[in-house]
Amino acid sequence: MREAFLFFLIVVAGTGGELCVSRAMKTAGEVTDFRPAGLVRFILRALRVGWMWAGVGMMAVAFFALLGMLAIEAVTFVVPVTALSYAAGALGARWFLRERVSSQRWVGVAIVCVGVTLVLLSKR
Amino acid sequence: MQASSGVHLKTYLMLALMIVFAPLGNVLLGKGMKSVGAVTSWEPAALLGVVRQIAGSPFIWLGVASLLTFFVAYMVVLSWADYSYVQPASSFSYAVVALFGYLLLGEVVTPLRAAGIALICVGVFVVGRTPPRTTEAV
Repeated sequence: MREAFLFFLIVVAGTGGELCVSRAMKTAGEVTDFRPAGLVRFILRALRVGWMWAGVGMMAVAFFALLGMLAIEAVTFVVPVTALSYAAGALGARWFLRERVSSQRWVGVAIVCVGVTLVLLSKR
Repeated sequence: MQASSGVHLKTYLMLALMIVFAPLGNVLLGKGMKSVGAVTSWEPAALLGVVRQIAGSPFIWLGVASLLTFFVAYMVVLSWADYSYVQPASSFSYAVVALFGYLLLGEVVTPLRAAGIALICVGVFVVGRTPPRTTEAV
């Protein structure tokens, strides 16, 4: 039960956080200057977007849930199972970010999910 | 045409950083957390003790540094490529985490688990053949 709750937090808060960060980055604009000072300016610009803070907060929750899982399960089990976020991510990209997710991408995501299922079964 | 190949080159460079540093960070965090142990009590004093142990672990700090490197590469690539492209493409890191887990932590990767991770990589290959951008910047 504790493991299921921690995985839920990792997947839902992690995916939600990534979607918020992605939305913030679309607002902040494309990186054109890759020098350290340019990257710092870009990060500061991104931090002025509200979605970035929401995303970082949710990703922090996911991070501590991940720490909790890593304390009790193998890394080679925990990390692949977190790929369940692919299904949530594709749905979120379609409905939250309004990206056009092609049928080919959906097929790829489905194959990834089958792989995650095998990893889950490998624990039994 | 040149601009298009330039976009693909910098996209692949950022993805390469992501698929190395994310698994490395997770493996280091795993090593650190195994030494800390599971949280068995939710009392404030016990939790404070766990937080102190976490903060005192060099593996945790190295893991956080690796994940921060991953995060910067992730943010940069998201500024021009779609989330629905970047997230699946970065799942190559699942194969790398299995490799690092086996080599650095001595974890057992069973054939079924290896097959699952291989399928994840096939899914990544399918996704990787789609264009990196399908939307205009907001």
